[in-house]
Amino acid sequence: MTAVDRPGRAETTVQVAVDRDACCGSGNCVRVAPEVFAQDDADGLVLLRATTLAPQSGARARRAADLCPSGAIRVASAEALPR
Amino acid sequence: MTTPIVEAELPQWPPVHAARDPFAPLDEAERPHYDGPVRQVRLPNGTTAWLVSRHADVRQLLRHPAFSADFTRAGFPLLRPLPPAETRDTRGNFIQMDGAEHSRLRRMLTAEFMIKNVRRIEPLIQRTVDEALDDLAAAGPPADLVSTFALPLPSMVICHLLGVPYADHDFFQARSRTLLDRKTPTERLIREVAELRDYLRALIDTKRAHPDGADDLLGRLIRERIEPGELDVEELVGMALLLLVAGHETTANMIGLSVLLLTRDGRFTTLRDEPDQAPGVVEELLRYLSIVRTGLFRAATEDVEVGGQLIRAGEGAIVLISLANRDAAVFDDPERFDPYRQAHQQVAFGFGVHQCIGQPLARAELRIALVALARRFPQLRVTASPQELSTRQHSVVFGLDTLPVTW
Ligand code: HEM
Ligand code: SF4
Repeated sequence: MTAVDRPGRAETTVQVAVDRDACCGSGNCVRVAPEVFAQDDADGLVLLRATTLAPQSGARARRAADLCPSGAIRVASAEALPR
Repeated sequence: MTTPIVEAELPQWPPVHAARDPFAPLDEAERPHYDGPVRQVRLPNGTTAWLVSRHADVRQLLRHPAFSADFTRAGFPLLRPLPPAETRDTRGNFIQMDGAEHSRLRRMLTAEFMIKNVRRIEPLIQRTVDEALDDLAAAGPPADLVSTFALPLPSMVICHLLGVPYADHDFFQARSRTLLDRKTPTERLIREVAELRDYLRALIDTKRAHPDGADDLLGRLIRERIEPGELDVEELVGMALLLLVAGHETTANMIGLSVLLLTRDGRFTTLRDEPDQAPGVVEELLRYLSIVRTGLFRAATEDVEVGGQLIRAGEGAIVLISLANRDAAVFDDPERFDPYRQAHQQVAFGFGVHQCIGQPLARAELRIALVALARRFPQLRVTASPQELSTRQHSVVFGLDTLPVTW
């Protein structure tokens, strides 16, 4: 668990990123956070609906990252990411 | 290397004594030999493999690219003899492929089975469920729920999606069982795989010779992949074989065991009265029943430390999702079936790039089937005790042979 993944910190917004090359199209992220993730009609791979998330969606995106079977989702506090 | 003396004392995998309780992943007395940290076990052919059963270890291993699903690799844990190389035809069977080879074929199918497309076919699933329930009503009471409902339903659905005639179900259901049974003699296994491949190849050839624009998966893959030369016919044969077998055996066994569990604990009517709870109930059923009980099999291609244990390149690993799903570090009171539990972290569909491609379909089938059954037959009860029922002890996919019910 990296520092940015540690729960219990008051967060404002979070940033989410996906790696389509790693994605295996399991759809877990879409099931957990449909407002953040979608699957491409052409190949079933992940697409992002948003990259900067309010806390509630941020929490769901973190759960999606945990449940992603191929480790294709990265979530970090907005301020923790390099700009 | 471990010394021969230590190796002689290793627990056997699969266990010698089968669990008598169909809801127990292992015999209670034997379970301590397998639960907990990564450990070595001995396979029927005398070789050893690492047994991995803690939730965190299971997820780490299955997500790690250095574990291969290719059963022909050195060190791959085998529960039955490997057929001779010249008799093996594994083209298209992407469940045993790695890396780019695997993702090339899997990606031709992911969109087909994704949530939004499964949502589109829910009316078809509902219709199929209703018809199967008509057949059940006509057959009894009493009736065998497995042969009249649990098995026909997913078979009809996968046939419809693929474009395989359901009328041939006796042929492919019998052979699917043979394929999944680890006691099947090698010659018979080779023969029946060949028969299934011949059957599917003939079907694909007919579809190619008479393109009818049918909106089924085989028709689409022929038009969009075979004709442009992106996919070989033999690859499509193997993909169809994998989908056909995985698409009905698994869901069928889940339905049978789920009904046994829910009617026993008087929870059946919860599904009727609170259908909104059904998705959560299905998730907990997947966790608690974990029907792929003999484990997922891999061979290490590099040295990797898993749960504090170094697994060396060329060594085999057996991943017990059934025990990971009962890990108290992740699930409170894991031995208890709790339909209100949020079992998101269950790993009944596996983890890593091979995680079940059919999971949205399986979830929809289970939810629709169980709710409809509870609505139409609220008085349904099983007329045998769980211990009396004959189970598939030697199958890769655990389940009940029959489930006598009345209403
Ligand atoms: C409740 C029902 C089901 C369960 C418990 C289940 C379980 C699993 C598991 C554990 C795996 C991973 C195997 C591994 O990593 O070695 C898997 C893979 C697979 N399943 Fe399912 N499955 C179910 C239903 C289905 C259905 C309905 C289909 C049909 C579309 C299907 C098709 C597949 C395929 C094609 C794979 C191989 C995926 C790959 O290798 O990339 N499964 N399933
Ligand atoms: S959970 Fe991961 S693998 Fe599955 S679709 Fe989303 S990003 Fe892809």
